[in-house]
Amino acid sequence: MSTLNYTKYMEGMKQAVVVSLWFMFLTFPIMVIRVNTIENIIEWRWMNMLYIGAGSFILSFVWRKMSGRGISARKESIGAQGGRKFYLQRLVSEKRLSLPALGIVAVIALFFPFVSSIYQTNIMTTALMYVVLGLGLNIVVGQAGLLNLGYVAFYAAGAYTYALLYHHFGVGFWLALPLGALAATVLGVLLALPVLRLQGDYLAIVTLGFGEITRLVLENWNEFSYGPSGISGIPRPGLFGMEMDMHEATVYLYFLMILLCIITIFVVNRLQDSRIGRALLALREDEIACQAMGINKTMVKLTAFALGSTWAGLVGVIFAAKTTFVNPASFTFLESAMILSIVVLGGTGSIIGIIIGALLLILLPEYLRAFGDYRMLLFGIIMVIMMIFRPQGIVTGVRKTYEFHTEEK
Amino acid sequence: MDYFLELLIGGLTRGSIYALIALGYTMVYGIIELINFAHGEIYMIGAFTALIVAGVLAMSGMSGLSVLILASVVAVIYSAAYGFTVEKVAYKPLRHASRLSPLISAIGMSIFLQNYVLVAQTSDFLPFPNLLPDLPFLANYVGFIGSTEFIIIGTTAVIMVLLTLLIKFTRMGKAMRATAQDRNMAMLVGVNVNRVISNTFIIGSALAAIGGVLIASHVGRINFYIGFLAGIKAFTAAVLGGIGSIPGAVLGALVLGCTESFATGYVSSDYEDVFAFVLLIVILIIKPSGLLGHKPTQKV
Repeated sequence: MSTLNYTKYMEGMKQAVVVSLWFMFLTFPIMVIRVNTIENIIEWRWMNMLYIGAGSFILSFVWRKMSGRGISARKESIGAQGGRKFYLQRLVSEKRLSLPALGIVAVIALFFPFVSSIYQTNIMTTALMYVVLGLGLNIVVGQAGLLNLGYVAFYAAGAYTYALLYHHFGVGFWLALPLGALAATVLGVLLALPVLRLQGDYLAIVTLGFGEITRLVLENWNEFSYGPSGISGIPRPGLFGMEMDMHEATVYLYFLMILLCIITIFVVNRLQDSRIGRALLALREDEIACQAMGINKTMVKLTAFALGSTWAGLVGVIFAAKTTFVNPASFTFLESAMILSIVVLGGTGSIIGIIIGALLLILLPEYLRAFGDYRMLLFGIIMVIMMIFRPQGIVTGVRKTYEFHTEEK
Repeated sequence: MDYFLELLIGGLTRGSIYALIALGYTMVYGIIELINFAHGEIYMIGAFTALIVAGVLAMSGMSGLSVLILASVVAVIYSAAYGFTVEKVAYKPLRHASRLSPLISAIGMSIFLQNYVLVAQTSDFLPFPNLLPDLPFLANYVGFIGSTEFIIIGTTAVIMVLLTLLIKFTRMGKAMRATAQDRNMAMLVGVNVNRVISNTFIIGSALAAIGGVLIASHVGRINFYIGFLAGIKAFTAAVLGGIGSIPGAVLGALVLGCTESFATGYVSSDYEDVFAFVLLIVILIIKPSGLLGHKPTQKV
C-alpha cells in the first residue's frame, strides 16, 4: 500500500518537474528578456523564470489532484442521477431552500444602493444590465441553439437609437426605450433573414462579421454617427420632471434596472414553457425532426433572433442614458464574447445560472482591480479553468420533464 | 494600369499573410471542429519572440541575414510550443464536452495570452526592425514589385507547396486526412489521434509564426493586440474559402487580400475592414459552404 502511494507520489513529482521545466522554457523570451530598442538596453529578469518554475511546479500537483476529482465527480453524476447535487443546484431546485434565499436576495437588492457608495451602485447597475443581456442572448444561444457572436450590434442599435433621436429631435428616455427595442428587433430580423440557411459555426462567423460591420460603420460614417468621438450629453432618465442630482439619478437608474431585470426574468421564464419556447428547443435539438413535427423553421428562427435582440435594444437605451455618452469603442467583439461567456459560464438555459454568471463576470474584474494589469490575465485563466472543471456552467439548466405513469387497474 | 498592378501586388502580399494564419484555423477546424480563437495570439507571440531575439542579436553585434534566420527559427519553435501547450491545457480536457465549452475556453485563452504579453512586455507599440533583405535585382527586371512584397509572396508560395506535399504524401499527412474525415474510424485503424491533433496545432502555429515575422517586418511595428484583428481576418479568409479545406484557405485569403486592397484603392480607405466582412457575408449567403468547401450532408 505504501509502495503504491510512493510510486504515485514519485510519478506526480516527475510530472511536476517536467511541467515546470517546460513552462520555464516556454515563458523564457517573453517573461525574462525585455528589449528596449530605443536606448539599446536588454533587461534580463531572471527572477521571473524562478517564479514561473516554482508556480508551475505547485500548479502541476493541484491540476493532477483536481482533474482526478473532476473525472470521478463526472462519473458519479452519471452513475447516480440526482443523487448528490452541487450545493447551488440544490438551492435552486428545492423550494424549501430557494424561497428564503430569494427573500435574502430581494432585501439585499432593495437596500444595496443605500448602504454602498455611488461607485458601487454604478457597478451593480452595469452588472444588472449584463444580467438582462445574458438572458436575452440565452434565448438565441441557449434555447434556440443559434450561436450568435455579434450580439453587441443590437446593444449598439439601442444605444445609438436613443443618442441620435435625442440629438436630432430631443426625444426623451421613455419614448426612446420602446423605439430602441424596436430598432434592435428590426435589425435582428434583418440579420436573421439572410442567414437562415446557415448552420452552426458558419452562423457564428457571419454574426461575428455583422457585429464588426456595425461597429465599423458607426466608427466611419461621420455624418450619421459622429465617428469615433461619439455623441455626448445624452440625458439621464427623468421621473415626472423631477430634478435629480448625481446620487439620486444613480440610485434611480439602479432601481430601474432591477425592475427591468424582474420583467426580463418573468418573461424569459414564461417563454421557456410556452409554445414558442418549446419550438425553439425542438429546433435546437434536431432541425429536421422539428420541421417534421410541423414547426415553421423560418418563423421560429426569426422569432428567436427578434426576441433576443429586443432585450439588447432595451439595455442599449439604458446604457446610453447611464453613461450619457456613446461611441463605437463600447461595442467591440470583446463585449459580445463577454455576454456569451456569461451565458455559458452561468449555465446555458438556466436563468439563475446566467444571473450568477453576469454578477460574477462583471463584478470580478471590478474587485480584481487591486491586481492592476493582472486582472484580465486572471479573468482569462478563470474562463479556461471553469470550462475544464465545470463545462456545464455554474448552474445546470433543468429541462421540464413529463413523467408518464401507467395506472394499474 | 500601374496603379492596378500596385494594388494587386499589395492585395497578394496581404493575402499571403492571411493565408499563413488562415491555414492554422482551417487545419484545426478540419480536425476537431473548433474555432481556435487563440490562434491570432499565437501569431502575435511569434512576432514578439522574433522581435526579442532580433533585438538581442542586433545588440550583440550580429546583422543581416543571420539575424533574420535565427529570429525566424526561434519564433517558429516558440509559437509551435505555445500552440502545443494551449491545445494540451485548454482544449484537450474538453474534447468530449459540448460544442460551446471549447469555444469559451478558446476565448479565455485568447484574453489570457494577450494580457500575458501585455504584463510581461509592454502595451506600447514596439518598432520592429526590417529584417527582410533588399533584393536589388528586382528593380532591374520587374519594376512594380518591391523586395519585401516579393519575399512575402515567394515565401508563402514555397510554404504552400511544402505543406501540400506534406499532407498529400507523408504518413503524418495521411493520418491527418484520415482524422479529419472520421476521427473514430481513424482511431480504429490505428491512428494516434492525440498525436495527430498535437501535430496539427504545431504546424498551424509554426505557419502563423512565419506570418508574424513577415508582417511585422513589413508593417514595422507590433503590440500585444495585433493578433486579434489578424486572427479574425484570417478566420474570415478560412471560412470564405470553405473551412476545413487547405486550398480553400489559401484561395480565400488571396481573394480577401485583393478585395481589401482594391476596395481601399478605388473606393475608400475608411471601410477597409467592412469590405472584408461584407464579402464574407455575401459569399456565405450565395454559397454557404464557402468557395471550395463541401456541403455537409445531414444525417437523419
